[in-house]
Amino acid sequence: MAQVKEYIGKIKPDWCPGCGDFGVLNSLQRALAELDIAPHNVLVVSGIGCSSNLPGFIHSYGFHGLHGRSLPVASGAKLGNHALTVIATGGDGDGYGIGVGHFVHTCRRNIDMTYIVMDNQIYGLTTGQASPTTEKDVRTKSTPEGTIELALNPVALALSCGATYVARGFSGDNLHLAQLMKGAIEHKGFALVDVFSPCVTYNKRNTYPWFRERVYKLEDDQQYDPADFRLAMEKAFEWGARIPIGLFYKVERPTYEDEEPALRSGIPLAKQPLERADLAALMEDFI
Amino acid sequence: MVDYVFRVGGEGGEGVISTGEMLTLALARAGFEIYTFRTYPAEIKGGHASYQVRASGNLLLSQGAAVDVLVAFNEEAYQKHIKDVRPGGVVIYDSDSFSAAAHDSTICYSVPLTSLATEKVGIKLTKNIVALGVLAGLFDLPVATFEELLKDRFGRKGETVVQKNLLALRVGIEHAKQIKRRDAIRLGAGPRKTKELVLSGNESLALGAIAAGCRFYAGYPITPATDIMEFLARELPKIGGYVIQTEDEIAAIGAVLGASFAGKKAMTATSGPGFSLMTEMMGLAVAAEIPAVIVDVQRVGPSTGMPTKTEQGDLYLACYGGHGNCPRIVMALNNVEDCFYGIMQAFNLAEQFQMPVVVLSDQYLGHRKATVPVPDPSRVPVVERRKPQGKEMADYKRYRFTPDHISPMSIPGMEGGGYIAEGLEHDERGYPAASDHENHLRLTQKRYGKFVEVEAIANDLVRIHGEPHPEIGIIGWGSTEGVIREAVQMAQAKGYSVGAIHPKILYPQPLAKLREFMQGTKAVIIPEVNFTGQFATLLRKRFAYDFIQLNKCIGLPFTPKEIFDKIEEVAAHVHGGRRVHAAKL
Repeated sequence: MAQVKEYIGKIKPDWCPGCGDFGVLNSLQRALAELDIAPHNVLVVSGIGCSSNLPGFIHSYGFHGLHGRSLPVASGAKLGNHALTVIATGGDGDGYGIGVGHFVHTCRRNIDMTYIVMDNQIYGLTTGQASPTTEKDVRTKSTPEGTIELALNPVALALSCGATYVARGFSGDNLHLAQLMKGAIEHKGFALVDVFSPCVTYNKRNTYPWFRERVYKLEDDQQYDPADFRLAMEKAFEWGARIPIGLFYKVERPTYEDEEPALRSGIPLAKQPLERADLAALMEDFI
Repeated sequence: MVDYVFRVGGEGGEGVISTGEMLTLALARAGFEIYTFRTYPAEIKGGHASYQVRASGNLLLSQGAAVDVLVAFNEEAYQKHIKDVRPGGVVIYDSDSFSAAAHDSTICYSVPLTSLATEKVGIKLTKNIVALGVLAGLFDLPVATFEELLKDRFGRKGETVVQKNLLALRVGIEHAKQIKRRDAIRLGAGPRKTKELVLSGNESLALGAIAAGCRFYAGYPITPATDIMEFLARELPKIGGYVIQTEDEIAAIGAVLGASFAGKKAMTATSGPGFSLMTEMMGLAVAAEIPAVIVDVQRVGPSTGMPTKTEQGDLYLACYGGHGNCPRIVMALNNVEDCFYGIMQAFNLAEQFQMPVVVLSDQYLGHRKATVPVPDPSRVPVVERRKPQGKEMADYKRYRFTPDHISPMSIPGMEGGGYIAEGLEHDERGYPAASDHENHLRLTQKRYGKFVEVEAIANDLVRIHGEPHPEIGIIGWGSTEGVIREAVQMAQAKGYSVGAIHPKILYPQPLAKLREFMQGTKAVIIPEVNFTGQFATLLRKRFAYDFIQLNKCIGLPFTPKEIFDKIEEVAAHVHGGRRVHAAKL
């Protein structure tokens, strides 16, 4: 096993003291160390937002791109070199708001990568507006009378769109979170880890104590079977006094890379020798 | 020398395009140079479609002007195109569909195409093949070539279908013998004996991309660029590459940047609406210095515009789209052959300078077919991006300042090369530096600094037609090259001192070559298929020169005559515009 410190980046996190994202970062570094994946074979891609600064804080290759667009870039990088361990990270605004179209299609595409969403139910970097996961009737700077829309349900959305590993963690329980991430990275296919990652500055409602009172682990229930899609869907809608975390669903399905003939040799596209294509043969069709 | 324009018109979806395509291939295989022009409706079924083929023994530079032979499948086609038929030209029309009023200046042959197809072949749909037979019979086109084409085209559908089509062709040929001839159009065999390819601009471009080493394409369907994706989806898997169809154009260019960052040459192609969506990501490619090739096959805008019609309206967007100080390279493709070599150059520029390269084509060029000599990829040596060597890896800085402003780019998987591709302003290492004011200036200078070398290359890539130091100069870009060249030839034949310069890189502009060309000119005309004169506007920022604009904005390309007329008009105003001693009329 590698040391966690090997995955610590040169930049110090700029998050507020107590931010849930610290727990996510620590858990990810622990998961990578336990899996012993060399930092130069890891690529962390993000969008824009507090949580999207994460690639800078981890020692690996990174890509800090555009708001909402981490998944297309991560997909392209994975398809360009599928030997890399590709992890996309971001927040709820980034992934479930502006980028939700990509989220939907990335789920159904089942490219082998992990998507970690630090879900704090608020726009933190812009100092406190409603996000797609802000609960109904919650007052924020942009909804002084309370939000009108229903909150988006990331777990149910991922399930319905064909994600093959769907989990939810809590950054107040890093060991548990790290295990979910490990499972996600090891899983062959598109894995979502939605993380309750409290914003201590702009979300005074969904706090650490608020979650601690409510969350329980699915794996503590002997009856729960993460292979059961209907059960997973049912649990995805459990919200209120009790909120489940853990592995909701896991299924094996061929990945996009498995099904792409050009990648069947197993050699990543970027490593395949560029033979001078037999253009003459292609041109035959046009004579 | 043979030089004829054929045009086929009728209802979209009833075989107009396939008739035109088969005529094109037959003429090309028979040894003629060909140049096509397609108009087709935005609707899938119905609406008017036409296909024009010009065939000649000489190199062709434009779609031609007047029509020599019109095939009208219905009255709408007849009414729409009769004005374009030259005096003495031939009209062949389906007399089962309508009867053409006697027309003074043209020769009309009424042919019952529909009843010949239904009665003698037994299949109404074969009326376009009957029409091909009539053309072959009348104008002495090589029958064996048509037969071979029909076998190629319908072979997959079984022997019965092939035989029915061969029968339809013979029915047409036989019918032609009964027509009382009043015209003198005869083609026979063309002069060219070597094989050439018949490619559309989009096909040529896609082949060139493969030759340049592109093995990953991400795209979203949009007219008139879709056939690039379809071509590559079919061909790339044969040589170890592939295509992904993404959920939108933003994802397409996102995936291109991801794949390029991961070390593989990648491309996307789109048209105006998709290109508008890509501008934010293009800015990221500039900031993070990622090689990327973005093709825009322009169509009429703004907004959805006229999806199947041509325009050169995206130049501003290509050069200036996006926020911030955002240098990228913009190129334009000039003709079908140039689509092959031009896209190879685009990949080379992207790799060499680690920035996005926008390649402008348009509907006129992308969808027209031409005979081109078999492309030779070795004419454009393939360039790869600079990668870190030995000691550069010891203290790796992704955005290291260098004399030519190009930094070594590591590839994920290289040990010790880890960095963050950053859209935030960053320092040499790629670390965010969003509050370091002086650093922002240095990085902006680094990104723009690459333009010095790009401009030198741009100066090498201009083409000049006609006189290099003319009295009346023409500056053109993109798909207008052939038409301008033909207009220049017409004007030179009349004794005018005319020349045209055609830069391939439009941003940054080849200032030295443009300056040299403009010196001594008495007037410079800039013809563009847009309303405001976008290239003229860009050049006015660089030159204090009173350019004369010639703009066409009806969704159709220029004809050589339109440009020639402008040259004459300008010449009349320019003192000494007519060079008397050179006139050989």
